[in-house]
Order: sequence, then structure tokens, then C-alpha cells
Amino acid sequence: MTGGLIQGSRQKMVPVEHYMALSAILFLIGALGVLTRRNAIVIFMSVELMLNAANLLFVAFAQQFEALDGQIFVFFVMTVAAAEVAVGLALIVAIFRTRGTIDIDEMNQLKG
Amino acid sequence: MDGNLITFYILALVAVGAALGMLFSRHTVYSALFLILNFGVVAVFYLMLGAPFIAMAQVTVYAGAIMVLFLFVIMLLGAEKLTGEDKIGWQKYFAGLLGILFLFAGGYQLSLVGVTEGLSISFPGGFGGPADIGELLFNEYLVPFEITSVLLLVAMIGAIVLTKDGRKKKSIQKTDPGSAARDRRPDSGK
Repeated sequence: MTGGLIQGSRQKMVPVEHYMALSAILFLIGALGVLTRRNAIVIFMSVELMLNAANLLFVAFAQQFEALDGQIFVFFVMTVAAAEVAVGLALIVAIFRTRGTIDIDEMNQLKG
Repeated sequence: MDGNLITFYILALVAVGAALGMLFSRHTVYSALFLILNFGVVAVFYLMLGAPFIAMAQVTVYAGAIMVLFLFVIMLLGAEKLTGEDKIGWQKYFAGLLGILFLFAGGYQLSLVGVTEGLSISFPGGFGGPADIGELLFNEYLVPFEITSVLLLVAMIGAIVLTKDGRKKKSIQKTDPGSAARDRRPDSGK
């Protein structure tokens, strides 16, 4: 299990297809959360879950090709996610202040 | 079946279970806590994949900062009292159908196993450690690194501007020295 920490030890790799399947399932659950939940904060959390699933895939391929570039990209994705959460939550707080609710079904002023 | 694969399956079960818990939970706080569990399990996956630095960054940034921020906002807005009744109707079934399609995509990936099975991990010393990551980050990815620092600054400014009150303008008008004199004259409009 600690294949990365015990340097140079020989252990059988978990096939990268397993990680692809797991990442697909997590991404799917996040996408379902965005589509079916009405609470804006839970939608936001589902977006974070999707980003996380993509990160997992990055690191899995970084291991398979033994290239650290995948992990560097995860670093950047984490940074962007943190910035997005900060601004997004500020937005949600501002919306709550003016509308009194964060139920997205009530946010229909742009509806044609 | 070796230990690595068994560990992977157990952890994958926990991760998917936590994600489903976040999806179906009717209390927002429980959703946030399930997501923290999911992030923790993914951090363990990163350790299994030879990325100790990213694993620690995941725990620190995602589970430790982002989710705490979420919990702050949930408590601030009283969103834990919000329960999600489904007025959504037909979109539920469409989403479910898309979900099943996606699941087939994931299963198809799983059926391709055999290409990398049996390969052994051989990490050069220090792979995924801070020294290796730092060497790559500050040499080849220096420009994106600097750009993300600007991005964080912009996000900070944006967050502050978005939550700022608009009440400052009124107080400035009140201290306008001419307004008191103007208000006293009856024909100030002429």
C-alpha cells in the first residue's frame, strides 16, 4: 500500500483501469449532484467532487507513466479549486443576503 | 489477489459510499462531512499512487481549508435547516439515465484490465516527494505557478468585494458640508 513511500520496493501495481473506473464513478456522482440537488451549497460541493475525481485520474496516470507532470497539474487544479470556492461562496453569501434563500429553483429572474 | 488490490477495493467502496452519502443526504452538514471523508480517502489513494506531497496537500487544502470554509458558510446561512424536496420531476430520471450511461463507460474501462496488470511499481527514490515536485514546479512550470499566485490574489479581492456592504456611500453623503445648509432653505430646488 505504501508503494510510493517505501522507495524502490517491488509491489504489484493496481491497474490504472481501476482508477479510471473509480474516477468515472466519482465524477458521475458529482454530476448527478449538480443536476438533481436544489441547495446551491450542495451543488457547489458536487463540483468539488468532480474536480477531485479528475485529480485522482491525473495522479493515477502520473504513476503509470512515471512522470511527475500529472502531480504538478493536480497542484494547479487544487489552487484553482480553492480560488473558485472562495469566490463562489462569497457569491452565495451575497445572494443569500438579497434573496433570503439559496434554493436554486427560486433563482429564476433570468428566465425568459 | 494481493494486498494492494484488496486495499484499493475497500477504499474505493468507502470513497463511493461517502460520495453517495453526500449526494443523498438531506442535511447539508452531513453532506459536507461525507465529502470530507471522501477527500480523506482520496488522499490515501494518492499515497498509494506514490504522491505523498499531493496527498498532504489534499488533506491540508481540500479537507482542511475548503471544506471548513463550506461548513462556515453552511452554518452562517443556516443552510442545515434547508431540506431538499424534489420539485425537479422529470430531470431526475434523465439524470439517472445519464448516470447509467456514464456507469457503463466506467465499467468498459474496467473491462480493459489486462494491459497494466502485473506490472510492479518502481519509483525512483523521492518520486512524488516535495524535492522532486519543487524541482519540476519551479523550473518548467514557473510561469503557471506565478499566474496562479495572481489568480489567488484576484480571487481574494473578488471575495472581499462581493461581501462588502453598500452602506458606505450613504454616510459620505451625510457628511457633505453643503447638504445641511441646502436643506434649511425652503426654495433649495430652484
